[in-house]
Amino acid sequence: MTTPPKLTRREMLAGTAGLVGGAMLTGLPLEGQAPEPAPAVPPDATKLQGAPTAPLGARSPFEAPTRAPSGATTGSSLTPLQDLSGTITPSDLHFERHHAGIPALDPARHTLTIHGLVDRPLTFTVDDIRRFPQVVRTHFVECAGNGRAAFRAPKPEMTAQQVAGMLSTSEYTGVPLATLFREVGVRPEASWFLAEGGDACVMTRSVPVAKAWDDALIVWAQNGEPLRPAQGYPLRLLLPGWEGNINVKWVRRLELGTRPWMTRWETSKYTDPMPDGTARQFTFELDAKSVITSPSHPDTLARKGWHAISGLAWSGRGRIARVEVSTDRGATWHDAEFLSRPEPKSPVRFQYLWEWTGREATLLSRATDEAGFVQPTRTALIAERGLGTDYHFNPVLGWQVARSGQVTFFAET
Amino acid sequence: MRARTNLNTRTTLACLALAGAAACGDAAANGPATSASTPAAAPAVGPAAFTDYDGAAVAGGPGAGKRFGIGSAAARTAIAAMDRDVGPDGAELPPGRGTVAEGRTLYTAQCAACHGLNGEGNEPTYPRLLGRVADAEGFKFASDPKLPHTIGNYWPHATTLFDYIRRAMPHPQPGSLSDDQVYALTAYLLAQDDVIADDATLDAAALRAVKMPYADRFRPDDRKPTAAPAAARP
Repeated sequence: MTTPPKLTRREMLAGTAGLVGGAMLTGLPLEGQAPEPAPAVPPDATKLQGAPTAPLGARSPFEAPTRAPSGATTGSSLTPLQDLSGTITPSDLHFERHHAGIPALDPARHTLTIHGLVDRPLTFTVDDIRRFPQVVRTHFVECAGNGRAAFRAPKPEMTAQQVAGMLSTSEYTGVPLATLFREVGVRPEASWFLAEGGDACVMTRSVPVAKAWDDALIVWAQNGEPLRPAQGYPLRLLLPGWEGNINVKWVRRLELGTRPWMTRWETSKYTDPMPDGTARQFTFELDAKSVITSPSHPDTLARKGWHAISGLAWSGRGRIARVEVSTDRGATWHDAEFLSRPEPKSPVRFQYLWEWTGREATLLSRATDEAGFVQPTRTALIAERGLGTDYHFNPVLGWQVARSGQVTFFAET
Repeated sequence: MRARTNLNTRTTLACLALAGAAACGDAAANGPATSASTPAAAPAVGPAAFTDYDGAAVAGGPGAGKRFGIGSAAARTAIAAMDRDVGPDGAELPPGRGTVAEGRTLYTAQCAACHGLNGEGNEPTYPRLLGRVADAEGFKFASDPKLPHTIGNYWPHATTLFDYIRRAMPHPQPGSLSDDQVYALTAYLLAQDDVIADDATLDAAALRAVKMPYADRFRPDDRKPTAAPAAARP
């Protein structure tokens, strides 16, 4: 077998150009990707052979979705929600939030140890974990800080990525934590466990044991392949519907005990100051939320007529029961249709068909989950928790459509 | 939490028989599998069945006592090497001691480059650590986003400081400090924020006795999961 030559995108395009030898090439501008030259394609692709097979697939040169990384080891990068369809986030576009960078871990050496209030403290290799009966579940992970800037200091030029891009969804494969807890024999008096990651901050969070008996997982695969390093390779604790940080990546140790450990990440961070001079702690479930991803800034509606308003809705407490869309800043609401089947703690894609008459419009979406919780306005959220609230932002979000068709972020709900 | 029927004994056994079948846990929980060639009835068995793992009614969780025999006994030394967490009661605090003065020297040498000479930080990568602000007396963080969440203004437990410095600091060489050094740095930071005296020495007993100024401000989640207040409806 011969190894196909490695071609970069540029070389491939140049080769294509060479084949058609000076024929006029069609180029389309790439939005927001200034330094990249326009992709060159032949005028008629049926008149020459296409590119050969390759070891790895690549996106069309016309598509260049990217995360927006801060570049710091303790930083984040956001999912380009405006570029995505359906509900699954391509693994290379899953948002990142690391507190000490991405550790380099050898799956042959990485282990998960469960100890503390158990009958049999056990250490599992990654291979051990994969021998247990598996489950496949589609869930979102959302950073508790998702949308902070859009809540505190909204600007018209914010994109869906900046407003809500710390939300990503994957199909996970893993083993129920309950299976592992039965294996070690968790003692009845254990009420909390500490989950610890193998990164440079040795991330620790306290979790009520009840979550393990409910739907917690130890996952090793994401969208059909092993987890990406940025998502916890080789093992991650997945607590469906709960704030991102507690889904401890690179998990190496679980200790069973009788009280929370009060780690930095559940005291100094990820707590919500309240107007009465207290701070809420252990706010695990992410309440119902939605965002319109199309149209969104920097789109411009090119023509009057029918447009599909499309977006995502999710709840950390169960299924989404209803999504309503308003095109008149909340004066009237219309039920959106679901384009995918609502599943627990998993986003649904919604759509509402709207005929734009060329007038100014304000597009809003509002989600209701199966428990009856309704996504609040920003005004209601500020009244309840204050502008200084630090995490768990789920206000109704919107987009302002100008007569020119220009779309800008609208936060004043 | 509602009591649920314990289905997991059957689940566990059926899963073993169905090795390789998809959605094993749920399929088995909804009824005994007839044979390995029967496809798992995925559409009829939604993820809702997953909550059958809820074992509140069963001491030790559902299927307690059922095992696959996978994994190896965790070596006591291996656990000890990782088990360095310190909870709010300080029960796990190690031997050792450190003074505020020792902590000041260490801070200047190992911490100030990132967090600033006075703990002012370099946000967002290196958080501000220090500064008791008078406005924080009312714990008005909800109305004032600029109020700094410093150790003295916000942190509810002194043990958290010890635990975090020991596991994650200093940033260029995480986990490299001795327990004495961690006690000294904890003492220095607490003294700078007027939580303990400037001439204090911290050891396990002294750290356990420290009460943070705003410890009583933290309360568990009390949100209503079912419906938002009427005012929240747009």
